[in-house]
Amino acid sequence: MRPETEDDLARLVAGADGPLRIRGGGTRDIGRPVPGEVLETGGLSGVTLYEPGALTLVVGAGTPLAEVEAVLAAEGQRLPFEPIDHRALLGTGGAPTIGGVVAANVSGPRRISVGAARDFCLGVRFVDGTGTVVKAGGRVMKNVTGYDLVRLMAGSWGTLGVLTEVSLKVLARPVTEATLVRRGLSAAEGVGALSTALTSPYDVTGAAHLGPGQETRVRIEGLSGSVDYRTGRLADLLGGGWEVVRDAESAALWEEVRDLRPFAARAGAVWRVSVRPSKGPGLTAALEAAGLSHEAIYDWGGGLVWLLTEDTGDAGAATIRAEVARRGGHATLVRASEETRAAVPVFQPQAEGVAALSRALRQRFDPRGILNPGLMS
Amino acid sequence: MDMPRPDARVLDRRAEIVARLTEVLPADAVISDPAETRAYECDALTAYRCAPLAVVLPASTEEVSAALRVCHEMGVPVVPRGAGTSLAGGALPTEDSVILGVARMTEVLETDYADRIIRVQTGRTNLSVTGAVEEEGFFYAPDPSSQLACAIAGNIAMNSGGAHCLKYGVTTNNLLGVRMVLMDGTVVDLGGAHLDAEGLDLLGLVCGSEGQLGVVTEATLRILRKPEGATPVLIGFSSNEVAGACVSDIIKAGVLPVAIEFMDRPCIRACEAFAGAGYPDCEALLIVEVEGSPQEIAEQLALITEIARRHDPVELREAANAEEAARIWLGRKSAFGAMGQINDYICLDGTIPVSKLPEVLAGIRSLSEKYGLEVANVFHAGDGNMHPLILFDANGGELEKAEAMGADILTLCVEAGGCLTGEHGVGIEKRDLMAVQYAPADLEAQMRVKDVFDPGWLLNPAKVFPLAASAARRTAAE
Repeated sequence: MRPETEDDLARLVAGADGPLRIRGGGTRDIGRPVPGEVLETGGLSGVTLYEPGALTLVVGAGTPLAEVEAVLAAEGQRLPFEPIDHRALLGTGGAPTIGGVVAANVSGPRRISVGAARDFCLGVRFVDGTGTVVKAGGRVMKNVTGYDLVRLMAGSWGTLGVLTEVSLKVLARPVTEATLVRRGLSAAEGVGALSTALTSPYDVTGAAHLGPGQETRVRIEGLSGSVDYRTGRLADLLGGGWEVVRDAESAALWEEVRDLRPFAARAGAVWRVSVRPSKGPGLTAALEAAGLSHEAIYDWGGGLVWLLTEDTGDAGAATIRAEVARRGGHATLVRASEETRAAVPVFQPQAEGVAALSRALRQRFDPRGILNPGLMS
Repeated sequence: MDMPRPDARVLDRRAEIVARLTEVLPADAVISDPAETRAYECDALTAYRCAPLAVVLPASTEEVSAALRVCHEMGVPVVPRGAGTSLAGGALPTEDSVILGVARMTEVLETDYADRIIRVQTGRTNLSVTGAVEEEGFFYAPDPSSQLACAIAGNIAMNSGGAHCLKYGVTTNNLLGVRMVLMDGTVVDLGGAHLDAEGLDLLGLVCGSEGQLGVVTEATLRILRKPEGATPVLIGFSSNEVAGACVSDIIKAGVLPVAIEFMDRPCIRACEAFAGAGYPDCEALLIVEVEGSPQEIAEQLALITEIARRHDPVELREAANAEEAARIWLGRKSAFGAMGQINDYICLDGTIPVSKLPEVLAGIRSLSEKYGLEVANVFHAGDGNMHPLILFDANGGELEKAEAMGADILTLCVEAGGCLTGEHGVGIEKRDLMAVQYAPADLEAQMRVKDVFDPGWLLNPAKVFPLAASAARRTAAE
């Protein structure tokens, strides 16, 4: 099914007699395997409104991300939250859509500085599980009129409604960027350096550590004089041994982190763990101590830990979730075989009170349970 | 402004309700003497007043839970209250309601600079959150103008903003986790000290839900290292159109000021008369503030003044030192006080696309002529969040006229592609205008969320949604 208009989509959902698998570009095959007929959003494509002077873009949910980025680039703007391209990691083809980015709340390294994808969503239109068209939010930067259903929809993975249109806040591309790079630090030392950088007044927009002995990277963006100044101050603050790379070379380093290139070519399961930043190295040390063989990449100053584990048994789920629970946070099994994903909860199991609220919300927005049923369990 | 008729069955059981609350709370945490409950009859929307049935002031999450459980069992509506600074009537009680105030819950529970977070009880004031971390060079970014008095609980309920949110975002962008008590007394934790709570974003849903989904008792907030410095520049223009175009060009240019404030002629004159800040007598005035080290500030200001010069400003004043910077802000910061001296006023909060500023200001001017009421405009221009101040004489019986004009201005904002409220919230004030912005299906989707968190519609029930739209749910629950 590939509706060409919102009305068609609403009719299809209203008339559906079984589960639907909502599909943007099909590049993010994440979550519990979902049965059902594929419902593609690619027909709902195109820019509805773009006002560079108001930093606002309104676009059909099925619009390819590349098209959105090209439109913005022509005006020197961008999506600030740096969405991950999952294709290399997951071995998927196709073209990611903006609706998929919002539905999965996909945010990259700059999330620590500017916020997540959902922080840039000003409004959405969607079709709920009864086939009703709903509008939430709007196209202005500040809006507290009624409940924030926009944030609820962002990151709901198509389980509450099918997005048809999204309004986004965009920002100007900075004039220049630079990255401070150092090799040879342990995880604890690397994350310690990232914390020092992030607690400085120098507006760090990327802070990653690629593993023991691998590179530790700190990114600065802005006007050229300011980038020079802050790079210099940070180099002093962090101590010796930091090399500075600039512009395209710097950008390439962050695409590597964003898309998790070091894990893309490697076999195994990939976990995405969010913890408080200072707990990142302790978490991986505890996994090691518990006998779980893994590799780790730390983004978000240590707060986002990507783990590569063997895709056998539960792919480390029990050990990882036990250690995450001890520290506060959550773990999502981003990549694994269908068998593993069918056997292991892909998303973090929730405390009963919270789980009950989530179940009840799904029941209200999708009473027949037909939209990506079970994907987030 | 209509409020639902109080539930006689609740009023009849007043003594029993107070007795039950007194059983589960310390004696001094329950207020039922009418002489004392009167202190809770309104918030900062003072035109509307109604003393509650009782007031409870719990000191812990457990006490909040115990109080809510009693009210839930007895079918008593509860109106949560932070510091009572809502401009939208968010904390206005009804006669049959219990006010649940968090004013006694002001502790800092944890501060972690390495992880850049602070966890507080939500009765703590906004400014004192910054106060708790500023010695270490940190601050909490959202800064509503009531920040000296307003509580974090209310900031979360209304998703409060402030003058600096162009760069730092509003409450929801700075909130990492909450501990919250549902109407039936259940305690839930959403999020934490890590980023992006797992599963559906219930945390994002709770922020800005105006105390209708639960009572937030603890919050984990993001704190930031203070910038090295900040400097404003003042730019005067001969027309609103030109000032609006300049705002667009600045935010497009790749420099993100921390604030862009806009004042129109009536506001400039009133502030000048009140504060004597030395503002030029012009049609429109921008205050643009940038942050960083002295060199970085100079670099940004060079870019901004170059853009401004393209728009033929009648005045362009950079602050050479702290004293001059303070003078530039002086008038703006005293705007509300200045207005209050002249007249009674209603402060609106509609947000519009930045590109529509000139058009909407012209529309406001013609409404001002139509109603014969003066309007002064002072607002956060970078994000389109307007604050038209409608001046009127309350003793002269002009309140209703001013409210009608306010409704027309907000309708104008919505028609321009904007919304009714950018940072103050709906409360009772804009409740009946919700249908201007949302279709019935949109409101239905929002009310379904309340059905989930508060099936009995007991928490702050007469707010946010048009009374007619929520009537079936509120009465079915009785």
